[in-house]
Amino acid sequence: MSSPTKPLIPLAILPKNDLGLTVRDYEGAMSTLCAGCGHDSVTAAITQMFFELSMPPRDIAKLSGIGCSSKTPTYFVRGAHGFNSAHGRMATIATGANAANRELTYIGISGDGDSLSIGIGHLSHLMRRNVNMVYVLENNGVYGLTKGQFSASADIGSRSKRGVPNVVAPIDPIMLGLSMGATFLARSFSGDKEQLIPLLKAAVAHKGMALIDVISPCVTFNDHEGSTKSYRFMREHEVKEIETDFVPWQQEISMPHVKDDAREVIMHDGSAVRFRSVPDGYDPHDRQKVEEYIRERHDRGEIATGLLYVNENSSDVHEMNNTPEIALSKVPFSKLCPGSSALAKLQEDFR
Amino acid sequence: MTTTLPQRHESEAANSKVNNFALKLANVNGTGSASANSLLMQAIFRMGIPVSGKNLFPSNIQGLPTWYEIRVNKSGYTARALDYDLMVAMNSQTYADDIAEVASGGYLLYDSSWPLDTELMREDVTFLGVPLAKMCLENFSSSRERVLMKNVAYAGALVGLLDLDLDVIATLLTESYSRNEKLLASNQKALRLGYDFAKENFSCPLEFHVAPMNETAHSILIDGNTASALGCLYAGATVAGWYPITPATALMDNFTALCAKYRREPVDSVVAGAPDSIQNNYLILQAEDEIAAIGMVLGASWSGARSFTSTSGPGISLMSELLGLAYYTEIPAVIFDVQRTGPSTGMPTRTQQADILLCAYASHGDTKHILLFPANPHECFEFAVASFDLAEHYQTPVFVLSDLDIGMNDWVVPELTWDDHFVPDRGRVLDDKDLSEIAEFFRYANADDDFVAARTVPGSAEKGAYFIRGSGHDKFGKYTEAPAEYQEVVDRLKKKHAAAAHSVPAPIEIRRPGATVGIITLGSCDLAVREAIDELSALGIEADFLRVCGFPFAPSVREFVESHEHCFVVEQNRDGQLRSLISLETEVDINQMHPVLHYGGFPLSAVQVVTAVTEKLEIRS
Repeated sequence: MSSPTKPLIPLAILPKNDLGLTVRDYEGAMSTLCAGCGHDSVTAAITQMFFELSMPPRDIAKLSGIGCSSKTPTYFVRGAHGFNSAHGRMATIATGANAANRELTYIGISGDGDSLSIGIGHLSHLMRRNVNMVYVLENNGVYGLTKGQFSASADIGSRSKRGVPNVVAPIDPIMLGLSMGATFLARSFSGDKEQLIPLLKAAVAHKGMALIDVISPCVTFNDHEGSTKSYRFMREHEVKEIETDFVPWQQEISMPHVKDDAREVIMHDGSAVRFRSVPDGYDPHDRQKVEEYIRERHDRGEIATGLLYVNENSSDVHEMNNTPEIALSKVPFSKLCPGSSALAKLQEDFR
Repeated sequence: MTTTLPQRHESEAANSKVNNFALKLANVNGTGSASANSLLMQAIFRMGIPVSGKNLFPSNIQGLPTWYEIRVNKSGYTARALDYDLMVAMNSQTYADDIAEVASGGYLLYDSSWPLDTELMREDVTFLGVPLAKMCLENFSSSRERVLMKNVAYAGALVGLLDLDLDVIATLLTESYSRNEKLLASNQKALRLGYDFAKENFSCPLEFHVAPMNETAHSILIDGNTASALGCLYAGATVAGWYPITPATALMDNFTALCAKYRREPVDSVVAGAPDSIQNNYLILQAEDEIAAIGMVLGASWSGARSFTSTSGPGISLMSELLGLAYYTEIPAVIFDVQRTGPSTGMPTRTQQADILLCAYASHGDTKHILLFPANPHECFEFAVASFDLAEHYQTPVFVLSDLDIGMNDWVVPELTWDDHFVPDRGRVLDDKDLSEIAEFFRYANADDDFVAARTVPGSAEKGAYFIRGSGHDKFGKYTEAPAEYQEVVDRLKKKHAAAAHSVPAPIEIRRPGATVGIITLGSCDLAVREAIDELSALGIEADFLRVCGFPFAPSVREFVESHEHCFVVEQNRDGQLRSLISLETEVDINQMHPVLHYGGFPLSAVQVVTAVTEKLEIRS
């Protein structure tokens, strides 16, 4: 069965972005996921985000591993190259791709199985290296394609479709990121496009690895009573205290600055992330405070969402290594090969 | 002195030992013997004499036995020798074994600061006692120097005993320690102590010794890992992902050092008054494991950079899944496998050629890869350069299978040369202009005569964008589960692999008139097998030689097997992997090839080949 293609019916009424493209130009193939899947909402948010940013599709590269979430890069921005790699290994491929060509905007789509079990080592090191990319973790607490096993993000006591409770402690990617030296950590809910789109924009503007943990319910295997990754549970337990807006660089010029550091973050491209609301004493730059806050909320059975942590002054893998501004893949061979006279000379050391 | 020296006989037999002998130095690792031993080897090389040095070392940092073997041979037979004319026994743990290994009529040099157990003495061996520890205790004040300088002192004694050129040695020391005058002085002093002692107490030189020749003027002394790294530098590799592993680590260490020297480009500052900066035209990523290392290579190669990794057997095992992804999605990748002894952790500091089948078919499902088999550091350089062209031309992983013997030992090989007109073969990559000239782009359609379809790289014009996937795909690159569409792609991949037979380095063949015996080999077996063929000839057995340099095999490999009544395959593994691969891939009957297998972990010697061949032929005749 091949992926169905969406019919492209030209609709004159669709708004255009700065490139003269409509949102349809940022779509991809038709989704083959279950109807109502949280992942499709994330795909829609990503599509809308790239459209609103007026990013040329060719400047985007999409990567994924294996799993339901990893199928989704084919559902957005058809004009961008995509790589559906191997289970848990997307981070490594993205690292190499970014190493070769830093000029593109990389977006990786992964799931909780892909990222927190088989690929947790690679995810950890991706954060350490601070590879400049957006990493969307579509988190549903369950293995969908293999029909309903618990994943490493399933909460203790959360029940499977058959009613069996999970007894193993969950891994929280945000807490993992805080200890791994991640520089951008956000959490959102697939059902909340209003929150997700500004977070995605801020993640694109962030120079370094930007992780967005998106709770994205699995309608088939994990949306029942007793699940902590269901639509209902999320609607009842989500706490949106750390709400952000994204202000692109062009608009930034005309907008007054906010005095409080905890309320405004200027990204490296001049754009700004503004916190509409943060709890008293919360500072998204302070690892310790962030960790305390998440733990406190978690102990109350709540899920804190928003841009939880950011360090906008970090160096990415290229800055750490002093690579050229242009893609390494574009450095001409004449600059790479030292030539015959250098070879003759260097061999004097081998005599 | 308990040692007595026999009188020197200036017979013909003694003369034949000039520039024709072998030394073995038994040391304790971590005591600084390596620099003294390589000093001797390098001096012989500078005197123009063919020589080899083999480091037989433990997987350990300090305290375990380690040996260094030097073979001097005017005819260029420098494979490992098994009978030693002189043993330097510096390790009391291995005295008994080391003494037993000396050839009858040979010599043993030991530290006579302490008495040697008389039970270990051999009637047919001359014991040369040098009070190394005592000398160093009297002449050096720091405890560290007292240990280190014992090595230089025995090297000094050997300079006298073997008639090494003192000026050459002095120059080498000056070059090595030009930045540390104190250490230079200590080395010179220790060398002199040993040298003077030998001159005063022994009849120098021994009947086997060196005499200057002019055989190495256009040669260099280099290890395979350095040469491979140079090849990657010259091939234009910009991204490397790797994980430390013996014996491959030095390959990336060398690449890193070479990049720091040749790939750093000054950039004028854009801000007036600010200092100019340096940009690195490379990015080397030390990965969290070998899975990540190959993943990085695939990501970079997918994006159009030349990228590689270096590893050994255990790393290939870990990389296998992604190697299949690269094969099936047709992404170039260069993998250096510096083979060591397996299975499992095996013997990390011992050599073998036991990853042939692993690499040939790495990954699940039907996969088949291109392999290159360099025989020495010179070929490591050349094959490294070729590997990137092959990988990009055929859009597939290419393995360069070196081994610990090639990778970590210094070899005397012809100078490396470079053609400044070299243009890398980047394969079929469509740019914006190419894309503008076609109606539609499909990743795996319109394959050429080599069954290679054009690719595009991320960032290309939108017409060239596609979704690369390790899942079933048709020739358009679309997801499929349809049998015919799936098979069409994998069948083309098989043909593509076969087509590479004309592009990999051709086998080296040496035919002798009247030969009925054929010997096939690969890689570091080269010198031992060539020497064996000469020895067999002296025994009246003429043998043809074929060294496989790449896989898929050229048609001549099958022809060679079929045209010899007796065909042997010499290789360094237990199961005859090359022999199996030849049979599997050329469909020649495996029983037409007799295996000659050497797999204990030390490099191959000619005598082992001669013995195996003669034994087999006697049984057959």
